[in-house]
Amino acid sequence: MSLLSITDLANEVAGKPILKGLSLSIGAGEIHAIMGPNGAGKSTLAYTLGGRPGYEVTGGSVTFAGEDLLAMEPHERAAAGLFLGFQYPVEIPGVSTVQFLREALNAQRKTRGEEPLSGGAFLKLAREKAALLKLDPEMLKRPVNVGFSGGEKKRAEMVQMGVLDPKFAILDETDSGLDIDALRIVGEGINAIMRKPDKAVLLITHYQRLLDYVKPDFVHVLAAGRIVRSGGPELALELEEQGYEAVVA
Amino acid sequence: MSELATLPTRHEEDWRYADLAALETVWPVATETLTLAPGEQATRTLVLDGDSAVVRDLAVTLGAGAEFDLRVLNAGKAYGRLSVRVVLAKGAQFRFGAAQVAGGEQTVEIVTEVVHAEPDAVSNQIVRQVLGGRATGNYLGRVLVERGAIGTDGSQSVRAMLLDRTATANARPELEIYADDVKCAHGCAIGELDREGLFYLASRGLPPAAAKALMLQAFLSEAFAGAPDEETLTAAALAALEDVL
Repeated sequence: MSLLSITDLANEVAGKPILKGLSLSIGAGEIHAIMGPNGAGKSTLAYTLGGRPGYEVTGGSVTFAGEDLLAMEPHERAAAGLFLGFQYPVEIPGVSTVQFLREALNAQRKTRGEEPLSGGAFLKLAREKAALLKLDPEMLKRPVNVGFSGGEKKRAEMVQMGVLDPKFAILDETDSGLDIDALRIVGEGINAIMRKPDKAVLLITHYQRLLDYVKPDFVHVLAAGRIVRSGGPELALELEEQGYEAVVA
Repeated sequence: MSELATLPTRHEEDWRYADLAALETVWPVATETLTLAPGEQATRTLVLDGDSAVVRDLAVTLGAGAEFDLRVLNAGKAYGRLSVRVVLAKGAQFRFGAAQVAGGEQTVEIVTEVVHAEPDAVSNQIVRQVLGGRATGNYLGRVLVERGAIGTDGSQSVRAMLLDRTATANARPELEIYADDVKCAHGCAIGELDREGLFYLASRGLPPAAAKALMLQAFLSEAFAGAPDEETLTAAALAALEDVL
């Protein structure tokens, strides 16, 4: 049974149709990559799955772990095990990462009927994930993403993912803004956190380079709101060599 | 701002947005005075809370080089008003941080008059307001730089967050300058919570009310930054927020 199943998904953003009948099935233990030209609807897919206000679903369905994902509020989707890695992580002045992340984790645990994590246990977990991503744990005491470099923001996203330990992660251009070393650290972090038999990942990326570290089982090409081609890892290499136009045509 | 014999009217600028009916219940209001000797340092925290109207009036005189840090949380369940007049002698410093939280039909307000009477004094005012329901939050702040008060540095930062379209914020930072070579800045902004931030927090699992409370607490705590009892004030502000959310 697939962990995430998208059937004929269509949506509108500000009255404009973006996704136009997108279908995709992702099983547990799988890593999928979605590639595609600018404006194809990649980020829209990520936001729609995350439940961002303004991304109005006009057709189709999404089932996540056997439940109707589209009927859930964004925070309920998170509690159900969905994680959205932002292309542009949002800065939140005045709110420290540790404070918000602990509240978020405990809110998720409460929804799932689990006991809250104590302050000490939480800090230990956060430090462990920061070490995995080679992020100075002191940075987690600072306001969320404020004053972080592009690379630090992406690593902090992955620290959050490690702490929240989701079943399924949609990572929207997590590789953008990363230098070569950071790309390797983030790639290895994704593998360590998510490469497990009961988890799955949907990577949204423009480039092959992240896929050198996080090897996808399936690669899809998204163009004009639909999946136009699917294949194995070799498809990403073909895209890299020939460009989208040749492959999509 | 000494004790007034008759109840003010809305024609008086400082009372323009006041809840006069509530004011009547506590009238007359005695002025509390505070004088800092030259070089003296003091901090004071005022929490205006409770179920009935609270109106306080302060007159502060700062001697040369004195430093006064005043923090205010105006978050009662009825009309809450603080007016404060501060006169600064040479090189004195006045730091003011105030947060107001109101909901329902409530009016909360802060009225300040900061007088730079001599050179090189510094005043810094930060006011943050969170207003829901049909509440009204006011800040009327006047900075007066007297003749010869060169080297003055005065700033006012006023921001309000409206939780509902029916809430009202009135912000009137005002500068009156009679000296050259002074640095005065003021700014005010009235807005709503950042939707992108709220979605980001929700995407991590925070329910909407918790996400809002977290962002608003951060917003209000800007008024308490660096205060000796910053944590207590921030916690009290959060408790007040929970009532209006």
